[in-house]
Amino acid sequence: MNEFWEAKVALQWQEMKPTYDVVIIGGGGHGLSTAYHLATRHDITNVAVLERKYIGGGNSGRNTTVIRSNYGIPEAVRFYQRSVDLYKRLEQETERWIMHSSRPLLWTIHTEAGRRKERARAEVNRAFGAETVFIEPEEIARMVPGIDLNPAGGRYPVMGASLHMEGATARHDRVNWALAEGAMNRGVHVHQRTEVTDLIIDGERVTGVRTNRGDISANVVVSAVGGHVTRVAEMAGVRLPIRTHPLQAFVTNHYEQKFEPIFASIDLGFYISQTARGEMLGGAHIDPQPSYSYRSGHHFMSSIAHRATTVLPFLRDLRVLRQWTGVCDMSPDYSPIMGRTGVDGFLVTTGWGTWGFKAIPAGGEAMAQLIATNEVPELIEPFRLDRFARDRTMADRGSAGTH
Amino acid sequence: MSLRIACPNCGTRSVEEWVYGELFAPPGRITDPAERDIDRGFMHNNPEGPVREAWFHLYGCRRWIYLTRDTTTDVVRNVE
Repeated sequence: MNEFWEAKVALQWQEMKPTYDVVIIGGGGHGLSTAYHLATRHDITNVAVLERKYIGGGNSGRNTTVIRSNYGIPEAVRFYQRSVDLYKRLEQETERWIMHSSRPLLWTIHTEAGRRKERARAEVNRAFGAETVFIEPEEIARMVPGIDLNPAGGRYPVMGASLHMEGATARHDRVNWALAEGAMNRGVHVHQRTEVTDLIIDGERVTGVRTNRGDISANVVVSAVGGHVTRVAEMAGVRLPIRTHPLQAFVTNHYEQKFEPIFASIDLGFYISQTARGEMLGGAHIDPQPSYSYRSGHHFMSSIAHRATTVLPFLRDLRVLRQWTGVCDMSPDYSPIMGRTGVDGFLVTTGWGTWGFKAIPAGGEAMAQLIATNEVPELIEPFRLDRFARDRTMADRGSAGTH
Repeated sequence: MSLRIACPNCGTRSVEEWVYGELFAPPGRITDPAERDIDRGFMHNNPEGPVREAWFHLYGCRRWIYLTRDTTTDVVRNVE
C-alpha cells in the first residue's frame, strides 16, 4: 500500500480539450496551487494544468518541506508570512491531511558577524509581521536535545540563534494532491505525461501551446515550470536570469528520540529536521555547477555528514537511508520571479530556487489573482521579472539559509 | 557519482576542489547596447546539453582550464 492510496486521493482525470481559458505548464506545487486558487477564489475552472511526467514528481516532491517566513527584506517577509498563514488553514480548507506540523525553527550562528545578521533578521521579521526572536546559547541547549555548544574543540562555538516561532513542515506529496484534488473537483483538467514542445505565437501574443498530445489554444499561458523554465521562456523569446543547479538532500534511519526543532547552522551550512516517521531529514548547499542532472554524489554526503555531526554528535549513530537530488532555478538576487513577461498572454512563476515549497499557497493565490483581475497583486509586484532591468533587485541571499 | 574533473596538471579531482566559471555572451538577436548590458549582467543561457565552460582548480594547480560538459548528464569531455 503506498501513500497515494492510503491518502484516498480521488483525482478525476478528463480528456484533453483543444481550448482552455488558462493553460498552466507544470503540475508541481505552484502550477496546481495557481489552478486551485483560480477555481476556488475566482470561479475560473476552464483551466488545464500540463505536466510532463506526473504531478508533484519534480521539485515539489523532492524538497525538504520546510515552511517559514524569516526573510531579510520587508517584501519577502510579507509574502512568505502570507504563505505561512495559508498553510495553517490548508488542511481545514481542503479537508485533506497534509501532515502540517508547527515547529520552532532555529538558525544558529557561530561567529560575531552571524550574531549581528540574525539579530537584524529578528528585528526585520517583527517589524513586518513574522515572529522571530534572537536567543542565547543557553536557550538553544534547552530547545535542541543533543547539541554540542562548543563543537570541533571550540572552532565553531554556538553563539546564538534566531528563533522563528512559526516554522512548520508538511508532507509535500500530500500538499500537491490536496491542491490537485481541490482544483479537479471544481472542473480543472490536469493532464499528466503531456509535454509542451512549443508555444503558439500570433503576432506579439502567446495564444496556446503545442504538446506531444496535440495543440491547445488558451487566452493565458502560465509557466510554472521548475528546472526547464529557461527553455519554455525562450519559446516566447523571453530571457530569464535563471541558472539551474542541483540540490541534494538525504534522510537517515529512524531516530528513537524526539527532535522537535527545525535546526540549521547558517555558518556551517546545513539544516535538519525530523520527519513524521522519525527519520532525520537534511540538506545543505546547491551543487556549484549549473546542471539538470538528478545524480547524487559522495562529495555532498561526506561534507554534510562532517558538518552536521560536528554540531549534533548524536547523528553519528544514524545511518543514511536515502539520498536524492532536485534541480533549483536560482535567481541572481535569491528572490522569486512572478508575473508578466513583456509578452502578452504569457506569465511566469519561477526563480523558486531552494525556497519554493513554502511559497506554494501564496504564490498560487497571487498568480491566480493576476490572471483573474489582470492586475498585479501588491504582494508580488516587487518580484516582477523586469526588476533587473529597472535596477530594483530584491537581494536577500542570506535568507535562503543554506542555499 | 559526483561530478569529477580530469585536471591536466593534477589528475582527476572532485568538484569540491573547483570553482565554476560561466562563459557567457548575450544572444546575437539582442542588438541594443543597453539591453545587451542588462543581459550580460543578469540573464543566463542556462543551456540543456553540451556547453563549453571554464573551471578554476582552486585547491590544486590554481589554473583555469576549459572543458565541455553535458548539463543533462554531467559528463565531461574535451578538457583543454
